[in-house]
Amino acid sequence: MRTYVTAVGKALALGALGVADVALVALVLVTVVPMFGTGMIFLFPPIVWLIRSRTRLARKLAGTWLGTEVPVPYLPPPPPARPQPDGWYRHERQLYKTPRWPDWHNRWKWMFSDPATWRDTLWLCLNPLAAGVLLLPLAAPVGFLTAPWHPITLFAVAAAVALPWSLRGYAWWTRLLLSPTAKSVLAGRIQRLDRIRLEAADFQAAELRRIERDLHDGAQARLVAMGMTLGAIEELVDRDPAAAKALLSKVREASSAALTELRDLVRGIHPPVLAERGLGDAVRALALDSPLKATVTVDLTTRPESPVESAAYFSISELLTNAARHGGANHVWIDISTHDRALRVTVTDDGCGGADPSRGSGLRGIERRLAAFGGVLAISSPPGGPTTVTFDLPDALREADLVRPPLPRRKAVVVALGWGLGWLPLFPQGLVVMVMKINGVKEGFSWFLALYLPEPWQWPLIIFNIALGVCLYVAAMGIPIQHSYRCMAQTAWAHLELGR
Amino acid sequence: MSLRVVIAEDLHLLREGLVHLLEAHGLHVASAVESGPELLKALVELRPDVAVVDVRLPPTFTDEGLQAALAARRAVPGLPVLVLSQHVEQLYARELLADGTGAVGYLLKDRVFNAEQFVDAVRRVAAGGTAMDPEVIAKLLASTARHQPLAALTPREREVLELMAEGRSNSAISQRLFLSESAVGKHTAGIFAKLGLAPSDDDNRRVLAVLAYLNAARG
Repeated sequence: MRTYVTAVGKALALGALGVADVALVALVLVTVVPMFGTGMIFLFPPIVWLIRSRTRLARKLAGTWLGTEVPVPYLPPPPPARPQPDGWYRHERQLYKTPRWPDWHNRWKWMFSDPATWRDTLWLCLNPLAAGVLLLPLAAPVGFLTAPWHPITLFAVAAAVALPWSLRGYAWWTRLLLSPTAKSVLAGRIQRLDRIRLEAADFQAAELRRIERDLHDGAQARLVAMGMTLGAIEELVDRDPAAAKALLSKVREASSAALTELRDLVRGIHPPVLAERGLGDAVRALALDSPLKATVTVDLTTRPESPVESAAYFSISELLTNAARHGGANHVWIDISTHDRALRVTVTDDGCGGADPSRGSGLRGIERRLAAFGGVLAISSPPGGPTTVTFDLPDALREADLVRPPLPRRKAVVVALGWGLGWLPLFPQGLVVMVMKINGVKEGFSWFLALYLPEPWQWPLIIFNIALGVCLYVAAMGIPIQHSYRCMAQTAWAHLELGR
Repeated sequence: MSLRVVIAEDLHLLREGLVHLLEAHGLHVASAVESGPELLKALVELRPDVAVVDVRLPPTFTDEGLQAALAARRAVPGLPVLVLSQHVEQLYARELLADGTGAVGYLLKDRVFNAEQFVDAVRRVAAGGTAMDPEVIAKLLASTARHQPLAALTPREREVLELMAEGRSNSAISQRLFLSESAVGKHTAGIFAKLGLAPSDDDNRRVLAVLAYLNAARG
C-alpha cells in the first residue's frame, strides 16, 4: 500500500513536470522559426542549454525515483581554442584577435552535431504525451462521480491499478531516448583513444629528447674530454711522467663520473632492478631508498607486461617523491594488487593532503603516463590529509596468465558425457544400423538394439539415436566455447564501463 | 699460497680484464665463467677462496648472478662472495647480508678502476670480512638519517660509522681520516654507546652489527 502511495506521488510529480514541458516545447518551437528562418543562430546555444537542463533533471529523477540509471550521452565538449604562433586565433578561414568567436563556433558546432541534442529535443516534445499517461488515474475519481460506467472511467481505473507498471514504462521511455546509443559510446571512446594516442606520442618524444640532451651534455662531453686528456698524456708521458700520472688519475675520475651519469640516466629510462626483479621488488627497492617510512604490500602472481610495469613503477616513484616533498608525510603505504586483468596500485600517505592534479605538474605527468595504457588515476586528498592515490591499469596481465573461472560442475559433467558416450548412439546404434537397414540385413543383429524392435519402431529409434549422438557432441564442443566467450565478454564490458 | 678466485662475468672484455687484474696482484683465477648455472657449479665444486660475481648474467639476464651466489652460500655457508654490479641497491645488500655469516662484498663495477682498493676488498671478503660500496652505505644512512639515535652522532662519528659499515678496520679508518688509531677507537666506542650496540673488535661483526642496527631502525 505504502509503495503504491509513493508511486502515485512520483507519477503525479513526473506528470506535472511533463505538463509544464508544454511551455518549454512551445518556447523551443517559437525560437526555431527565427533561428532557422532568419538566421538568428545565437539563440541556439541557450535553447540547447535549456533543453539539457531539463533532460538532466529527467535523468536524475529516473535514477533516484524510478531506479533506472540513465547515463549522460553527450560528446565531450571541444577544447578551448589555442592561439597560433603569431597570437591570432583561427577558425576555418578567419583569424580572430580573441578566442571568443572560435570558441563560440566550436561550441555551436559541438551542440549541433551531437545526435544526443536531437534525441533530447524529441524526448522533450513527446514527453507531455508520456506524462499524460501517468496523469490518467486522476480521471478516475472524477469519472466515478459523474459517469461510473463510462468506458473512459473504466480505462482510468485500469490505469490507476496499473500505475507502478506505467512508471516502469516511463523509465524505459526516458532511457530509450536519453541514454547514449552504442554509436555515441563508441564515438566517445574513439575520441578518447585518439587523444591518448596523441599524448603517448608526445610523451615518448619528450622522453627521447630528454635522453638525447642528457647524453649530449653528460657522458658524451665527458668522453670527449677524456680523449683530449689522453692525448695530452701521450705528449707528456716521456717528458714529464709525474704530470702524466696526475692527468691519468683525472681521466679515471672523469670515467667514474661518466659512469655515474650513465647510471642515473639508465635508472630514468628503465631501472635495472625493475628489469632484474619485476615490479614488486623494484618498488621495495624504491621504498628502501625513500626518506619516508614505507610499507609495501605486493600481491602479484605473475609479472605484468613490461611497458605497464614500467609505467606503474615511475608513477609510484613520482607519488613517493610528491609525498616526501609536498605532502610533508612521514609514512607511506604502497599496495599493489591485481583485479581481474587489471593492475591496481594504491599509495596512501599521512601527509597534509591538498594534492590537486590541476596545480602540480607531477600528478598531471602521472596521468599522462597512465593514460597511454588506459589507466585511470583517482585522488582523494582532503586538506589536512591523508592523501590516497589509486590507479588501475587495465589489461596489465597477459590473457594467458589469467585464471579463468572453471566450468560449473554440472556443465563439466555434460561435456564429459558428450565426449565419452556420444559415439555410442551416433555410430553403432545409429549410422551403422541405418546402413544395415538400408542394405536389408536380416540376420546377425548382435547388439544393434533397433533391429530387435518391431518394424514400425525401428526407423524412429535409429533417427532418435543419431540425433542424440549429434546433440551430445554439439553440447561437448559448444559448452566450453560458450563459457570462454562469456568470460571474454565480461572483460570487454568491464573495459567499456572503465572507458566512460 | 695465493687465493683461488672464481670469476663470473658475461662480457668478454670485462672478464678478461678482471682475470688480468687479479692475476697481476698475485691471486689465482681458478675459473672464469659466463653464466649463472656455470657459476653455481663452479662455486660448489671448486670451493674457491672467494668469488667475484656480476649480478646480471645469462641466460635470463636478470639477477642470475646474485641468485647463484645466494644459492651457493646456502649450499656452502660462509662461502666468500664479492658481488659486482652496474648499480647498487639496498635491497640486494640486505639479501646478501641477511644470513649473518659475513664474507660478502657488494661493489659498483667502477670500483675496479682503483685496482689496489679493489684487490684489498677481494682479500678482505676472502678473509671473512665485508666490503660494502660507499654508495650503498650512503643510501642506508640517508634513509635512516631522520632516526633519533643516528642524529645524535657527531659529524666525525658519522664518517667513522660510514667507513665501518663499508667493512674497514680501525687502522684503515685511521689512515683514511688522518686520525690516530686510538682516536678512532674512541669514536667507535662512542658510536656503539650511542646506538646501544655491544662493542666488538671483529671487523665483520662490527659491520653486521651496524647494518642490523640500521635495518632495525627502519622498522
